[in-house]
Amino acid sequence: MAKVMTSGGEALIKALADENVDIIFGYPGGAALHIYDAIYQQDRVQHILVRHEQAATHAADGFARATGKPGVCLVTSGPGATNAITGIATAYMDSIPLVVISGQVPNHLIGTDAFQETDMMGISRPIVKHSFLVQKPEEIPVIVKKAFHIATSGRPGPVVIDVPKNLTDPNEKFEYKFPSDLYLRSFALYNEAENSEVKKAVKLLTEAERPVIYAGGGAINSNAAEEIYEFGKLMGCPVTNTLMGLGVYPASDEQFVGMLGMHGTYEANMVMHEADLIMAIGARFDDRITNNPNKFGLQAKKIHIDSDPSSIDKIIDVDVAMTGNAKKVISQINKELKAMNFDNKKFDPWMKKAMQWRADHGLNHNMLDQKNPGDIILPQQVIQSAYKATDGKAFVTSDVGQHQMFAAQYYHFNEPRKWINSGGLGTMGFGLPAAMGVKFAFPDETVACITGEGSIQMCIQELSTCGQYGLPIKIINLNNRALGMVKQWQDMQYGGRYSSISYEDSLPDFIKLAESYGHVGMKVEKLSELQAAMEECFALKDKLVFLDVYVDPDEHVYPMLKAGGDMSEMYLSKTEKTFE
Amino acid sequence: MNHIALLMENQPGALSRVIGLFSQRGYNIDSLSVAPTQDETLSRLTMTIGEEGADINQVLKQLYKLVDVVMVQNLNEADALTLELAIIKLNKTKAEVEGLLKNYEFEREILDEKDNYTVFKALGDTQEIENLLSELKKEEFLEVTRSGTLGMTKGNESLATNDQTKISYD
Ligand SMILES: Cc1ncc(C[n+]2csc(CCOP(=O)(O)OP(=O)(O)O)c2C)c(N)n1
Ligand SMILES: [Mg+2]
Repeated sequence: MAKVMTSGGEALIKALADENVDIIFGYPGGAALHIYDAIYQQDRVQHILVRHEQAATHAADGFARATGKPGVCLVTSGPGATNAITGIATAYMDSIPLVVISGQVPNHLIGTDAFQETDMMGISRPIVKHSFLVQKPEEIPVIVKKAFHIATSGRPGPVVIDVPKNLTDPNEKFEYKFPSDLYLRSFALYNEAENSEVKKAVKLLTEAERPVIYAGGGAINSNAAEEIYEFGKLMGCPVTNTLMGLGVYPASDEQFVGMLGMHGTYEANMVMHEADLIMAIGARFDDRITNNPNKFGLQAKKIHIDSDPSSIDKIIDVDVAMTGNAKKVISQINKELKAMNFDNKKFDPWMKKAMQWRADHGLNHNMLDQKNPGDIILPQQVIQSAYKATDGKAFVTSDVGQHQMFAAQYYHFNEPRKWINSGGLGTMGFGLPAAMGVKFAFPDETVACITGEGSIQMCIQELSTCGQYGLPIKIINLNNRALGMVKQWQDMQYGGRYSSISYEDSLPDFIKLAESYGHVGMKVEKLSELQAAMEECFALKDKLVFLDVYVDPDEHVYPMLKAGGDMSEMYLSKTEKTFE
Repeated sequence: MNHIALLMENQPGALSRVIGLFSQRGYNIDSLSVAPTQDETLSRLTMTIGEEGADINQVLKQLYKLVDVVMVQNLNEADALTLELAIIKLNKTKAEVEGLLKNYEFEREILDEKDNYTVFKALGDTQEIENLLSELKKEEFLEVTRSGTLGMTKGNESLATNDQTKISYD
């Protein structure tokens, strides 16, 4: 084969193409200009120009969450790099594979406080899985290959490649060689679990009386939905998902007791509290799940499957630990259960009990049909309405706040990768750019962004990007004229002293705002008009619609776990709670 | 005290990742020594971590997760030798220092005496060095510099590696 000569900038883009990347999100600037020139001169990799680097990272992140493939973004040095930080941290906290390429000042200026110099390696260090500072242009293809491998393998995460400008010089060419193999020293990956551990787990599972399956984001990352469904059916016991795991087990299945944790359903939290066996799959016993870890699952034996050995025994000590890929480990367990013809009938009373809890205090699914005299819209009704209008089939991204919790509770996800939210970092501003990433990945699918008037303003500039690329996203704004989640805490813990949570008089007219970007804006204030508006919004297939829904500003998210309590200690409404 | 031996890639930023991990996760490093090995692509570290706060297994797992970290070993759990060097200066004559040290077991050597100040080295177990220092704290003048603990397992067990994981693509 003839030698291919490339500059560093060309090598970088060519290596991305050779990694099968066809889309990257970015924003140009001085240190990245050689790279942008290389982008201009090829057509294998499409570059999407966002309006803020934070949006580039969230868009790449949304793309990754929806597809399971790594998301890629490109930013310049200094302010470009620092603007990307929030998005990198967001991906890091949720274990999302990202490759972030940042321009850097030329080698000889590093350390001199040069114009737009930031120590990107240093500033990103605690929020990346790994990072590379390119030292020679020839090593770019190998670094790209390593970066993708590291970002996507084991427990995924973001990887930064910092590229000094002089190493992308178009005048300095070298031979381009994309490696076919990689060598990484002692890079441990875990796949299957030890057979002895599988046996131990199966023994605990089959000897239990009140087991529960608790699956999180790691189960989605390892594409284990099918295996977990089969496992659920073999066990015939309650299944719950974390905020990050929604969709990995179908919400419409009768064994599904909803989300658990801080704003989990009553039945899911009760099941966790009363269980005698907790089977955690790709979930990390985060403090939003366990509530007080010292009071967590005291009656239960615990089995934990995770691809990251450091997640095991970190918060909660477990009886059986299986470091491995959830998909493979669950298959191993399923095989054992099938081989022994396990009869799960004995869990029926336990399952019945879960259903009784649901009947007692489960989510109110008749809410949408309620006629209230003032015609006021409850936020939950907006989610129910969106669910109805989309047949539960949309990709739903969200921001952070009450609207996010209502979406998680009331939009029932039957498939993984459809619910896309920042669970770990809780980044307001994530929803819209993430929806762009999803829409680029799935142009023919319905993509909705469920947001609040606070969050949407954190990346509202992306309405312009949506205009440029014609992205018909549906933005459902649960407008409660306040930073609702903060207000809720101030109601519940600060005697209703509303410190800095409102901006009612200065909210933009979202309809005009959307229109000024060339989109459609719609406003709904009455419950009686909600469903029709929602149907119309989703029917406008090739338009971005900003649906501004005025909702009850006083509604709280319930259930809510009592701070410092166990999982059975919940507020159920403004007047009811399960504890003294 | 926990002694950890670690082999890592001799790459820019590798050491700051290891150290950063400690501050990020709220662990404390009592001592740290680092130098290249006979293989110039690898550096070797020995770290001492206090008993308080840190769950040592978590520390080991978090360290091993770093891509630049090739091997980690808990020397406390292995059959290992540990050793620390201290260089100490006191406002005393050589004879006075020799008197002070006579009850200690560790290896020592007077390195210099000038203007009534004596510099000596002490080479021994970290605990012995600690004991000496707490005794010397009573002295009016004391300057000390320590290597941090160094450690190695006995017998055929070794941290050295040349294992490369080959990752092939079709
Ligand atoms: C970037 C960022 N800043 C602050 C917060 C803290 N915070 C969490 S929820 C919330 C209120 C969000 O308001 P809005 O988007 O209107 O949603 P609502 O709760 O009203 O539905 C705030 C300020 C955050 N999560 N992210
Ligand atoms: Mg709001």
